[in-house]
Amino acid sequence: MTSNSNLSNMRRLVEQLKLEASVERIKVSQAAAELQQYCLQNATKDALLVGVPTGSNPFREPRSCAVV
Amino acid sequence: MNPFISPLIPEMATQEVQLNETLAHLKTESETLKSKLEEERAKLHDVELHQVAEKVEGLGQFVMKTRRTLKGHGNKVLCMDWCKDKRRIVSSSQDGKVIVWDAFTTNKEHAVTMPCTWVMACAYAPSGCAVACGGLDNKCSVYPLSLDKNENLAAKKKSVAMHTNYLSACSFTNSDMQILTSSGDGTCALWDVESGQLLQSFHGHAADVLCLDLAPSETGNTFVSGGCDKKANVWDMRSGQCIQSFETHESDINSVRYYPSGDAFASGSDDATCRLYDLRADREVAIYSKESIIFGVSSVDFSLSGRLLFGGYNDYTINVWDVLKGTRVSILFGHENRVSTLRVSPDGTAFCTGSWDHTLRVRAICSLI
Repeated sequence: MTSNSNLSNMRRLVEQLKLEASVERIKVSQAAAELQQYCLQNATKDALLVGVPTGSNPFREPRSCAVV
Repeated sequence: MNPFISPLIPEMATQEVQLNETLAHLKTESETLKSKLEEERAKLHDVELHQVAEKVEGLGQFVMKTRRTLKGHGNKVLCMDWCKDKRRIVSSSQDGKVIVWDAFTTNKEHAVTMPCTWVMACAYAPSGCAVACGGLDNKCSVYPLSLDKNENLAAKKKSVAMHTNYLSACSFTNSDMQILTSSGDGTCALWDVESGQLLQSFHGHAADVLCLDLAPSETGNTFVSGGCDKKANVWDMRSGQCIQSFETHESDINSVRYYPSGDAFASGSDDATCRLYDLRADREVAIYSKESIIFGVSSVDFSLSGRLLFGGYNDYTINVWDVLKGTRVSILFGHENRVSTLRVSPDGTAFCTGSWDHTLRVRAICSLI
């Protein structure tokens, strides 16, 4: 009977919504501050952000070196 | 109430009425819960991310150049993944070919021809000793990579996952032993590689699931998935439960990727926007969009610090976003057709894009102006 499967679907939906409603949340201001802090703390290690010392990037164009 | 129910079976009629009443009651309850959820989320929405980031120094101009172009696929590149060694790449194509490249030298190290076309998913095993792939065959198969270049890889193929529709994405978990898959059949699933056994299935999407990403290992056993139902769902891998769900996109979600700290994730959609969802605030906290950007986003990934979000678009470009300030910092050209896949290398020194133009490009920063 289709109504029975609709019923069990609805019951599952209500249970799922109750679960999602019970999640503990923090304020966006706090969450945003922590995202920002992570960015800033790791900025120096981010090669795509700050670059790497010339010569140490494995994907640089191969250069010829002179042996002195 | 159904007027055609025979009065000779009054019991059935009463049951039908009861059923409809319970259904209506549940419907009202679900509507109430949905509004309550929105209300609770809104209460904590005290500020925007870009407002918090106002005092952060802006980023300079970026020059990112293509350092390597990988040519060899005979048709659209659909997916790619980096090896943990930061130099090897696996890619898969519409023509059924899966290729393993050494991105430093651009040499092809392995090539496999799948029995199907549209290999939409591929992934490198954490050990670097195997790759997984699948697509229109509805399966995910694992190929151990042989050191002997002459060995026929297809002979050692292991069928791991079986879905009832196409495989859209796959990823090994922390080891070579388990694979997580997502499918056009609307589900995600966790499989044991050795036995092919289904360990857990994840039901909740109302349409095709297009993408998934595992949380960084320190954050625990969760993953996020995105689908054609416009939803991004966060799942508990052990219980199979959907623990958080986000529905703010206006079209299919093609790509999801965790922020490096694991506290948030980004998504890219056919609605031409990328969005950032914070898991602890339980809401969307940023939208990355411009009126001039009207083509869908196929794939997204973060730079190592999470400050940059790279998006591959269907208009052949890559847009680079300042995650904190919400602004675009660069637009990159080069591909001659849609960008279909994009991943930053494991150590963050470069990123690779795959395109419908049959090529893959590896880009690294050139200089800061």
